[in-house]
Formats: sequence, C-alpha cells, structure tokens
Amino acid sequence: MSRYVSFRDFDWFLFIFVLLICGVGVMEIRSATMHTKFAGAHIKQIYWVMGGIAAMFIMSLFNYQALLDKVHWMYIASVASLISVLIFGQKYLGARRWIKMPGGAHFQPSEWVKLVLILAVAKYFADLHHRNDLSWSDFIKAGMIVGVPMLMVLAQPDLGTALTYLPIAIMGLFLGGLRLKQATTVLLLAGALMPIAFFKVLKPYQQERLTSFMNPEADRQGSGYQVNQSKIAVGSGGIWGSSEGSQTHLAFLPVPQTDFIFAAFAEEHGFVGALAVLLLYFIVLMRLTQNAQTAPDRAGTFLVMGVVAVLSFHILVNVGMVVGFMPVTGIPLPLMSYGGSSVLFIFLALGMVMNVRMRRFVN
Amino acid sequence: MFGRDEKVSSFRLTAVQYVILGIFLILTYGLWRLQVMQSDIYTLQAEKNRVRNVPILAPRGKIYDREGRIIVDNYPSFSALLLRDSSRDLNADADLIAKGLHLDATELRQRIRKFNSLPQYQPIFLKDDITPDELAFIEAHRNELPELDTIMAHRRLYPRNGFMAHLIGYVGEVTDEMLNQPQFELYNPGDVVGVSGVEKQYNNLLMGKNGSRRAIVDSRGREVGRLDETKAEPGRQLKLTVDIDLQVAAEEALEGKNGAVVAMDPRTGEILAMVSRPTFDPNHFAIKISKEEWVKLVTDENHPLLNKAIQAQLAPGSVFKIIMATAGMQEGVAEDMHVNCGGGATFYGRYFKCWVLAEHRVHGPVDISKAIYQSCDVFFYTLAEKLGIQRIAQYATMLGLGQKTGIDLPQEASGVMPSEEWKIRNFKQKWYAGETISVGIGQGAVATTPIQLARAIGAIASGGTMRRPHVISPRDLPANIIPASTPGDETQISIDPKNWEIITDAMANVVSPLGTANSAHLQGIDFAGKTGSAQTISNTLKAKMGAVGKSKFKDNGWFVGVTPRRNPEIVVAALLEEGEHGYLAARVASQVIKAYVEKQRRQPTKVAGSPAKTEIGAVWSTPDSEGADHLQGGRFFVDLPKKRLSLATAAPGMQ
Repeated sequence: MSRYVSFRDFDWFLFIFVLLICGVGVMEIRSATMHTKFAGAHIKQIYWVMGGIAAMFIMSLFNYQALLDKVHWMYIASVASLISVLIFGQKYLGARRWIKMPGGAHFQPSEWVKLVLILAVAKYFADLHHRNDLSWSDFIKAGMIVGVPMLMVLAQPDLGTALTYLPIAIMGLFLGGLRLKQATTVLLLAGALMPIAFFKVLKPYQQERLTSFMNPEADRQGSGYQVNQSKIAVGSGGIWGSSEGSQTHLAFLPVPQTDFIFAAFAEEHGFVGALAVLLLYFIVLMRLTQNAQTAPDRAGTFLVMGVVAVLSFHILVNVGMVVGFMPVTGIPLPLMSYGGSSVLFIFLALGMVMNVRMRRFVN
Repeated sequence: MFGRDEKVSSFRLTAVQYVILGIFLILTYGLWRLQVMQSDIYTLQAEKNRVRNVPILAPRGKIYDREGRIIVDNYPSFSALLLRDSSRDLNADADLIAKGLHLDATELRQRIRKFNSLPQYQPIFLKDDITPDELAFIEAHRNELPELDTIMAHRRLYPRNGFMAHLIGYVGEVTDEMLNQPQFELYNPGDVVGVSGVEKQYNNLLMGKNGSRRAIVDSRGREVGRLDETKAEPGRQLKLTVDIDLQVAAEEALEGKNGAVVAMDPRTGEILAMVSRPTFDPNHFAIKISKEEWVKLVTDENHPLLNKAIQAQLAPGSVFKIIMATAGMQEGVAEDMHVNCGGGATFYGRYFKCWVLAEHRVHGPVDISKAIYQSCDVFFYTLAEKLGIQRIAQYATMLGLGQKTGIDLPQEASGVMPSEEWKIRNFKQKWYAGETISVGIGQGAVATTPIQLARAIGAIASGGTMRRPHVISPRDLPANIIPASTPGDETQISIDPKNWEIITDAMANVVSPLGTANSAHLQGIDFAGKTGSAQTISNTLKAKMGAVGKSKFKDNGWFVGVTPRRNPEIVVAALLEEGEHGYLAARVASQVIKAYVEKQRRQPTKVAGSPAKTEIGAVWSTPDSEGADHLQGGRFFVDLPKKRLSLATAAPGMQ
C-alpha cells in the first residue's frame, strides 16, 4: 500500500501556513515573557514545535485506516486513563488532571483523548455508510461515544477541555446527517437543563467565571479582572498596535504567553496584525476543509472535519475570550499559545490530516 | 474494508465553511469594536493602569521659639504593610511575621482572613510607627518574607511630657466630616491636619503643598519607571514669641497642680509662656491614640485637653479689685475714699463679709492703697456701691474683660462681664443693686480667662496701653495671613499718671511684707501684682452640701504680677484651680518673673555684645583709716560675655 503514499502529496501549502502561525506565536511568546521569570519560553516553544513537526511526519506515515481499525482499543485505553486520573491523579489547584509519570514528567490524558475521539467519531459515522439520514439511536450512540469521556473530564473538573470534546460530536452528527428536528429537540433539551447544570454541576469558581463574563465591570479586580485587562490590552493596541505594549509588559495581562497570547499580540500589533493572524487561521481551516472534501472515503472526511471542529472551537473560544465575547475557560490558542501538550496534539492531528490527503488517490 | 460508499454531503461541508467564515467575521467584529471603535477608551484605561499619581508628602513646618530653639520637629516613621499578591502562604508565614513585629499571631490570621474579600492589590496595614528593631526584622527578611513591606511618612515629634502641649496643639488625620467642608477641598483622606493650638491656627502655613510623581507601575503596583515629578513645597517654619526658658520655668512652677500660667510682654502683646495643667502628650495623637486613652482624656474632670490659659472662664476674685481701683480713681471716687473695715458691712439689707473675718482680724481704717495690698473687701464693696454696675462694666469692658482678646489661638473663650443690659438680654431680669456689691470683689457673674486678666493688668501697669496678645509676631507672618481681630491690635485707655503710680505702688506692696502675697516676695526684683481667691460656689451652699474643706469646691487662686511695677516688660497671670489662696498662685507667678529677670540680667546689652571691652562708670565708697566712708567715682573697663548664655537649647525631648 505504501507505494501509493508519497510526500509529493504532502500538503506543503497547509504546512507553510501552520509554520507561519507557529512563528508568530514564538515571536509573541518571546516578547511577552521578556524580563519575566518565564523568559526563554520561546526557545522551549521552538523545541516543542520541532518535536511536533517530527511527530506530524511520523503520524502521517501511519495509515489512518489502520488506526481506525484499532480505535476501539484506543477508546477503551482512553477511558481507562481518564478513570486512573480521577483515582491516582495529582491534585493541583483543586482539580485532578495530571498523572505523575516516572521521571518527573506529567501526563494529562484529556488532551490525547481528543485525538482518540476524533478517530472514534470518524469510525462510527463512516460505518453508517448506508444512508445520509441519522436515526435517533445512531444519534444517541454517537453522543455516548463523546459524552462518556466528556463527563469524566468534567469530573476532574476541567470544564474547558470537556467543552472541546463537544464540537467533535456536533461536527460528526452534522455531517452524519443530523435532521433539523433532532437538532431543535436537543437544543431545547439543553436549554432546559442548562440552569440545573449551572447550579448542580459547575463548581463555584466556574460559576463565577461565567457570571463575571456576563458583567466584567462589576468585579474589576476579582474574576472579571482577566477579561477586563484583556479587553484593555486589545483595545489599547488600536489599529497599528501600541509601541509600549504596557498591558503585556507590565503584567496587567494575565498569562500573556499562554491563554492570553492573542491579546498580547493584538496589543502590540493592533487591529491590522490581529486580522492578519486571523486570516492565517482562516486559510488553514479552509485548506483543511478542502482536504476533507478530497478525502478518499467517508472516514477520512470525518477525521479531517473532526480536526477542523476542534481547531475552530479553540479559536472561537480563545479569541472570543480575548475580545470579551466568551467567558474565561483556559482554552489555549492552537499553535500560538505556549505549551507542549497543545502543540503536540495539533501536530499529531495535522499528521492524521496529512495521512488522509496522501492517500486521496488510493483505490 | 471501507467501501467507496456514499460521500459526505458536500452541501453540509460547504455549510461548515460558512459557519467558520461566520465565526471569523464575529471575531473580526470583536477586534474592530475594541481596537478601532473604542480604542480611545481602552488606551486611556491602559494609561490609567500603568501610570499612577504617587503623592510626595510635604513635610510640615517646624516650630521654633523666639530664639530659634526647636519646639516641634518631624521624624521619619515607618509603617509595616502586608502585600497579599506575592503568592506566599500568608497563614504559614503569620507566626514569623507576628513574632518579628510583636503582634498576636491569632489576631494577625484573623485580619488576613478579614481582608480576603477585598481586592488583592490592597495591602494590609500591620503596624504604624514600627520600632527600629522591627524595621530591621523586615529588612533582614526581604527574601524569606517578600510579602512584608514598609512605607515611610514624616510624623510630628512634640516635646515630651506634654510640654507646651496646649499652645502647640496637635495634628490628626482629616475626618470625613471635614472633607465635606469647602476649606478642606484640597485634602485627601489620610492627610494630616492641625486639630488644636498653633497647629490648627496656622495649619495653612505649616502644611506646605504636597507634590506628586507620575510613576509607571506594573500590575503589582511596583514602580518600574517615572514620568515626571512635581516637588513638594515644605511647610513654612514658624517662630513663636514664646521663650523656652520662661516656658520651662512656668511648666515647673505649675507641675503637679491644676491651673494655668500665661506670661506676656505687655509692650508688644507677645506671649512668652503659656501653660495649662493637667496636660497630655500630643505625641500620642500623632500616631493613633488608643480609644482608652482618648476616653480618659475627655472624661477627666480636670479637663486636660482644655487650654485653661485662654479657655477657663472663672470669677477673677480680688484681682478684679485693680480694675475697680482704676475705675474708682479715674471717676474721682476712690482717691479720697476712707473706709473702716470691721470685718464686714451691710449693703441693701444684707451683710457682706470681708475675707479677714475668717482669720478673726479686721482691716481697720483703709484707703485705696491699703485696700489693694491688703485686699480689703469692705473698701471695694463700698466703692462698688458708689460706682454702680454701669461704670464698673464700662471700665472692665474697656480693659477687655468679658470679650475675646483676639489671641491667635483657636477656641478662645470670651468670659462674662455682667451689666444691666447683659442681665436683661440673657435672663430677662432686672439688675439687683446687691449684685453690684459682689461684682466689686470679682465675684458674682464675672468670669474671666487668665489671658484677659494678664492683658488688663498689664495694660493698667503700662499706663493704659492694651495690646492684642499673639503667639507669632505679625512680622514673621506673610501679609495675607495676619489674623484680623475685633478688639484691634492696640487700644489706649486713659489713666491719670498719679492714679497709675498709686495703683502700681500698691501692687508692689502686695508682694512686700505688708501685702497678701508676702511669701512671693522676690529679693532685689521690682515685682508687683494682685492676688485673688474666688469662690467656686457660695459658702452657704458649700455648707449645705457638707463639702467644707473638700478640694472639689475649694476656692480658685489667682495672681497677676508684673515686673517692673510701671511700664512692665512682663505680665504673668497664674490660676490655681482649687488652689484656695491667691498667695499660692503668687508663688507660681513669681517663679516665672524670677526666671525672666534672671535671664535678662545674664543677657548682655547690645553694647556689651560688641567684642571690645565695655566702659562703665561707677560710684563707690571706701573706708579710710578712721573708719569714715569716702565717696569715690571713676570709670572701668569690663569684659562682658560675648555670647548670650542660653538656658535651654531646645524644648524637652527635642535635640
């Protein structure tokens, strides 16, 4: 089979744009952490990106269809790892998200579960090849595939990561033939359950984040502080950017190298710079959708679109948070935010996309 | 194994693309809204974030005595702060902090918990005015306890033991109530303002003008740079007319007693010393007075916070007889008046006793001179009857009794000088002739302050020139700040030179073996004055309450003295509350007079101040071999000290 696979079919166009975004990210991490205790983080980020690129190439060599064949094992392993986090995980800031690995490394399974879920959802909907109409039982089964790990992550508790699983399910359901009636039913049900969820499921700090998002001015120095400072950073950037970048450099902006990196960038490079970065992301997403259309099979399409769903959701929530449209959820901006797990996940996901593309003429 | 089955609906894929486009348009709108439409607002907010106006506090002006000796100084005082955004476990550090700063650890934890609901950037004030070893503790633990910090402020340093406390006054934080008043519009909460005494009267001069610094701060409020700075204008230094040496003498004379002493130069109105007892320590107000101490000061029945020299309104007793004598002689009534004192006399059907009766004596034949130095009540009862209340009130008012002297100190009391109109106005009652008799010996409704008496007696001894008393010479004040006064800075009362001589000579006899205050006699000093013992309640009431001999209702002792007897350089009024006898007050006043004269004698004249030897002429006698004296005359050259001999170098407790 491998004789059909060639790096000539590797998506170099997509790769270049991805690298551009990474480059912007590294530059901004450098600028934002200068003279702080995080100084030098951009070098580490370069290592992560290089590691990510290597992982992407390796991933692209694996036949995604072979991965799909084994997806049920991976799914079981994922659920098992989430259970072990809940039992053995390291408690940090009131949540169990990490497992301490031998050698001092930390492992956060919820990131990798995302990849497995993309594969599992792709596999499930690809197997429903006989029709483009979704039955209620298929709907519920697909919902369960995503819902079980999601509830477990929610129990850690990690609302932000749990929410990133949701778009995988929605994308699968939509492309799998979701009917209008099903969509409205679920939306109405969700709407009815929302208040209960707010008061019963969410932790007080999560509730606070949501309420402070609704009215950030009310609590300027408390939990509304981050949103407010982010808006000030973005707004003071103006059209061409602020030369001083005081919000970022005087540490008014919280964690400017991770969750609020886009705010830091928007402050220093203004509306023009921020728009250019959004454009880069848009190009990457459009290119991915195009790859999905040319995928050799349904599974490939679902797989690529799963990646699109996760990326779009990250961008929407992160940039939305930065401009004050969304609550603070701790979701990083793909490829730009500092952090190994996030970078590695995206490059592995892109590796799967590359694999799908490289096999588009197979069969 | 996956068949080339049905493709995913391309319509749905396109729909996804449009959804993504929609998301990006929304995000673009978000950026547009913040960065283009509302950029100005957020730029301003970012500016507010990073630029902070840090006030530079102007040091308050120091206060000196008339010879430039320091009375009130400033000292740098440190307060300990707890920063709560330093990501330290404050609860864990609480024990060490409490130990180093001598606080209670449990209490400290409670404070930390109490502040939990407040924004993180607000530090907790742990302790004001920390000691040098506590400051050293903070400096030594900069690394272990980065959450500890200090700020420095200048605090007032007042003389110790309440020296001059009433005249100087004290400062306090401006209250919310004051902040609402227009004259305090430039003040901020936490600013220091004069609350009493000179500190209050000349607050505007003393306070200076705060500067400010526009500093760039980071999110923890740390200064990382400066933009510009407006320097603080330090407060103006004030030079009081008070002489520390006399003040020391007056404070010592009144130590352990309850009353007041005020010394004034009647030639200028300069206050040379002013003491009120009991006193308080204004240094306790400069930090934060404990509630306990405050309640103690306010509820003390001896009123330690009251400046009795200008605020005690009491019957002047026999000191008033000098005013009576002046009125009587100027009206031509007293000069030839002769009265036989048999220990009392009857007026308007009521028997009025003379004080000598208590000593089982009588004054016998009395003229104006004897009436003064023996303080004969019968003489002045008779004089009062002859003058009538209207003429008495006229002279007393002319001499400034019953009205504020206009001294440049806050909250001066006016006292009372009764008259027919006064009684009708205040009580809607007719004046009874019998009341005039009591007024004649300074009893009844007459109430004066020590400063009023000092001014009135000083004026009579000076031949009738009255000057407004002041603690800061108008020469040392900027033109726009000289306080306006209703009595006017100088008024002249005409006193016939012959009457003047008789009264002042009689006053000199008061402190001679003939007088009522013979024990206050000062050898070799031309000293004159008048005693007074004023009842606080009537003897009959005292007997009714069974309080005879109890200190609570003992008479108030007064003495007002001058030196020299005519055209005096100094007038001293002494009040001893529950001091029973005027001669005790006379001893207090005489100590101040003595200190003054001795200081003058040690002080070289202007000629003597010149470096050369001073030539003086002298007449002396030498006995010859037969024992007869031969008068001789000649000239000498003497060395006089070039430098003035200073008694004190600064107020107690100051360097």
